[in-house]
Amino acid sequence: MAMTEQAVDALLAPTAVRDAEAAAIDSGAERASWLQISPLVLVLLLFFGLPMLVVLAVSFFDFERTDIIPTFILDNYIDLFRSEVTLRLYASSLKFAAIVWLVTLVLGFNIAYFLVFHVRGVLVQIGLFLLCTVPFLTSNIIRMISWIPFLGRNGIFNQALMGAGITSRPLEFLLFSDFAVVVAYVHLFTLFMVVPIFNSMARIDKSLLEAARDAGAGRFRVVYEVVLPLSKTGIALGSIFVITLVMGDSFVVRTMSGGQSASVVSALQNEVAALQYPPAAASAVIMVIIVTLMVAGILRLVDVRKELAR
Amino acid sequence: MSRKSSDSKTRVNRRFVLKGAAAGGAVVASEAIGGFPTVWAQNAKDITLVHAGGSYAAIKEIGEQATKDLGFKIAMQAITDDVQINRSLTQPNTIDINNIDSTKLPYLVGKGVLSSIPVAKYKLWGETVPLFTKGAYPNGQMASTQGLSPIEAMFYVDKDGKKLASKPTEFLTMIPTIYNADTLGIRPDLVGGRDKVTSWKDLLDPKYKGKTALVDYAPVGVMDVAMALEARGDFKYADKGNMTKDEIDKTIKIMIDMKKGGHFRSFWSTFDQSVNLMASGEVVIQSMWSPAVTAVRSRSIDCYYVPLKEGYRGWFVGLAPMAHLSGLKLDCAYEYMNWFNSGWQGGFIAKQGYYSAVPTTAKKFLTPEEWDYWYDGKPAAVDIKDPYGTIMEKKGATRDGGAIWDRMGNIACWNTVMDEDRYLTRRWNEFVSS
Repeated sequence: MAMTEQAVDALLAPTAVRDAEAAAIDSGAERASWLQISPLVLVLLLFFGLPMLVVLAVSFFDFERTDIIPTFILDNYIDLFRSEVTLRLYASSLKFAAIVWLVTLVLGFNIAYFLVFHVRGVLVQIGLFLLCTVPFLTSNIIRMISWIPFLGRNGIFNQALMGAGITSRPLEFLLFSDFAVVVAYVHLFTLFMVVPIFNSMARIDKSLLEAARDAGAGRFRVVYEVVLPLSKTGIALGSIFVITLVMGDSFVVRTMSGGQSASVVSALQNEVAALQYPPAAASAVIMVIIVTLMVAGILRLVDVRKELAR
Repeated sequence: MSRKSSDSKTRVNRRFVLKGAAAGGAVVASEAIGGFPTVWAQNAKDITLVHAGGSYAAIKEIGEQATKDLGFKIAMQAITDDVQINRSLTQPNTIDINNIDSTKLPYLVGKGVLSSIPVAKYKLWGETVPLFTKGAYPNGQMASTQGLSPIEAMFYVDKDGKKLASKPTEFLTMIPTIYNADTLGIRPDLVGGRDKVTSWKDLLDPKYKGKTALVDYAPVGVMDVAMALEARGDFKYADKGNMTKDEIDKTIKIMIDMKKGGHFRSFWSTFDQSVNLMASGEVVIQSMWSPAVTAVRSRSIDCYYVPLKEGYRGWFVGLAPMAHLSGLKLDCAYEYMNWFNSGWQGGFIAKQGYYSAVPTTAKKFLTPEEWDYWYDGKPAAVDIKDPYGTIMEKKGATRDGGAIWDRMGNIACWNTVMDEDRYLTRRWNEFVSS
């Protein structure tokens, strides 16, 4: 998870560099900009670049039970690409990422829209916004695990359904299933969508909405043609958070599926637990490349930098 | 400072040599438990030994008691399996006493991180159960050697400790401490009674579809299924503890089919998960650890650790001094390891359901009623309490499976690391993702 977050940072960094270059007219200003970004560059090189290089190097090593043998072999990658497990794992992780992204986007957009455009008074707005963040003051793990007794075979939800006469038998698919995994992800990650979208929407000049309405646009047309395009930055940032978090997760998928489903990272963890570092490193390298490409794709669709500078 | 400590080292060593010569090198530590000679006690009081192991073995209270009884400090560190192997190999100096289970030995032997233990340094070897000293049960019958059995794990070929010997030698890999027999746990109320499950094959019975669980750890999970498949008569393994690729394939294939058919409800990776699965009724039959069964029962929910006719899956744990220890610190390490099996620890962990390698000493730290319940399999004459004083079994209860040798004497296979573990991990990942 941390790895993918760092990948995002790394991606953003070069754009910051270009920005600085463009802004610098004379060399003195340019030098000042370089100086300004140097702490970040240094931190990134030291704590992301260097470890990544080590991982990359290890991914070409051979190994025995406990020894990592420094040679150059491609076997780890060949094994990875030949195995249908890899494909299945990525399919599973991508499936979760897509579903969770869609659900959190719909939820996040609506919640943010409500907060920004329907709630009058900044105080109430901020109050409600803070209310959204209250559950996040408790630990991730507790929030996730509390779903288990709720969704279980003899859990509260099943008992309620049966008590109300809606079902005659407990619904088994509720827990230790893909459904449970999605529920937990959505619960955990929706806020990551709400905050950036809220932020974007709050910057929208309200007179634009009035103008659109005056020009005869209906409520949905205003949302579709004014609010949506102007919230693109927030949506893009939120999407980056949600997608990288889901792709990099192993804990939620393992706990909520009861070990029935796997993700790319949970398989990688099994390898690490068995001290098989080189194949785990190869798997991590491929993962970083794929997630980086996904983030790059999002950033291509939306010029976050330009929008933020607005 | 360095001068001072080297001074004290030589003094102690000389004392030891003299004493060793006088005593024939046999009973070095016997008097130490009663109190140290002043010189040594003065020097040893600054010593701290880091004892690292799994949370079930590296228990804080044991370290505190040892610190009280001995003249030096024991720092207990409970760590996870992969961290333990990692630290042992890459930062061996951060551990002094390595509390390893037998399945870690194949990773650590021959790497120069553990030091061999001359039998003479361990004064309780004569009182240790023959399972460890000879690979036999007290009745003389040889124990199963499927998987990594005690006799295959206890001895080094020579002092250098580069290779395991599969017969007794003068050099121990570790001081054996605790061991137990694992089996399936069931919910008698939900399967229709205690007698409904009698064989490992019941784990795969379609009756329990969607209500079974395995531990999410390849070597044990696959072995439990192998026990079931063998019991069901699907096929016979040459050695369930060291499967061939072909045997792994055959086993995993069946497991994948069953998983797709919804046979397994869950795969647990922590102690708590296994307890909650059982207590909530999500699962009615699963592989489990003995204290987890007790934990379910302590919530007033019936749970039974079934003695199955094919036998148990056995495991054992020991203490090994790390190779970097020398001088006074090494002497203290031997002292500590001798203390460890001198009774207090054995009495403590007996109340968790584990057996001591030296039951005669543990007995002194248990009441006769506790001994009868835990070791002899007799009905509890009084309420049975856990090490922290909470009542865990009511008067009249009997330990599941009975007396120590009814349980430990019936081990079908020992926990192990297979030669094909790289392949096994790959196939397990395939199983979990299917």
